[in-house]
Amino acid sequence: MGGYAAYIWSSYGVVVAVLAVMLVSSILGVRARERELSALEERVGPRRQRRQQSGLKDAHHDA
Amino acid sequence: MTPKRRRLSIVLIGLAMLGTAAALVLTAFEDNLVFFFSPTDIAEKGVGPDRRIRIGGMVEDGSWQKYEEGLRSEFVVTDFQNAVKVVYRGSLPDLFREGQGVVAEGKFNGTVFTASEVLAKHDENYMPREVADALKKSGRWKEGEEAK
Amino acid sequence: MNWFHWLANPARFMRFAARLQPWIMALGLLTGAAGLYFGLFASPADYQQGETVRIMYVHVPSAWMAMFIYVVMAAAAGSFLIWKHPLADVAAQAAAPVGAGFTLMALITGALWGQPMWGTWWVWDARLTSVLILFFLYLGYIALVNAFDDPERGSKAGAILLLVGVVNIPIIKFSVDWWNTLHQPASVARMDGPSVDPSMLLPLLLMAGAFKLYFLYLLIVRMRGELTARRIRLLRLSDIA
Repeated sequence: MGGYAAYIWSSYGVVVAVLAVMLVSSILGVRARERELSALEERVGPRRQRRQQSGLKDAHHDA
Repeated sequence: MTPKRRRLSIVLIGLAMLGTAAALVLTAFEDNLVFFFSPTDIAEKGVGPDRRIRIGGMVEDGSWQKYEEGLRSEFVVTDFQNAVKVVYRGSLPDLFREGQGVVAEGKFNGTVFTASEVLAKHDENYMPREVADALKKSGRWKEGEEAK
Repeated sequence: MNWFHWLANPARFMRFAARLQPWIMALGLLTGAAGLYFGLFASPADYQQGETVRIMYVHVPSAWMAMFIYVVMAAAAGSFLIWKHPLADVAAQAAAPVGAGFTLMALITGALWGQPMWGTWWVWDARLTSVLILFFLYLGYIALVNAFDDPERGSKAGAILLLVGVVNIPIIKFSVDWWNTLHQPASVARMDGPSVDPSMLLPLLLMAGAFKLYFLYLLIVRMRGELTARRIRLLRLSDIA
């Protein structure tokens, strides 16, 4: 790499590292929230949950 | 006017005002936003010998002289209208060469610019060596076109 | 505009996005692998900068993404403020950390390229400084959105910040033309066509495509997370009530 190997490989290393951190943290974040939601839904109860879901859909229909 | 219309015009007017304000500020501070002055700027404006400034331009072909085994160098920075002689003690960046862009930081006493730091500035052309050689051979090479 | 409205329903949008996701991943991996192969091995060294030109294939696409994601977020902020599209706010908040990540990549790879070529890791010229400001705009947006107890107010404040900050985008793009900078002018997006040899343009565009697909994939994942967080918030509220 013409004496510049350290600069070139560290550039690609930084890129791969940042891309990987973004992917892993995003996926872990979604999983944690989905776990939290299903725990909450179990606690709140199925009847109430159904009412809540239809309420949410309406709220998003404003547009 | 519906609320949507009203919000749309607020956003658009806001953006227009913001753009105008930014343009005015940037124009007012132009001298502080430039990273370096050209030899012509220096010839026209004149700079005090105690002010630290940066000058930028092309290293004039055939002007680079090395002393003390490359520890000390002298070269001429030109924008093809005016030129300034630069003296520098220290190591030069890999990309430093005659006919290439350069930015030097230091002080100008009216005749010689004493640099404390020299940076290389390259142009926006990227090509393999063979292509560059072929362009030079066919006479389509645009040397120093980007010099400012 | 019909399909646009059709997709504005969050549940429908997420179902649609989930179907696209594996294709985006496959295409992104393919483009990225080709980009890496051409960028690192099957492309020539530059006549002036030698092998360091390979840093361009990750540096330039990162910088493009840094600006592209900001423009997407600002457009979303506008449509959230004007038409109250809830999905637009979700998209802006989901995209912000990814934009910050790409900006960080552009800054670090730029330093790693500047040191061997220019002779310095960093200078305060107009281009480098305006990109650093972009990085702080991303961080400021993320902090501002989360600084309010009422998430709706946070979304609004954040959207206004995004619209104000959009003035920085043309400054980044044209800084190299308006002022003397150490950074060189544009090589690809210029009036008279690219000044990059085709053999080097190929890996550059491949990597740019791969980064764009990667962003799209992350955006879908993060939007799902953001929508889930909002449902949790709603359920909590109704639980208390």
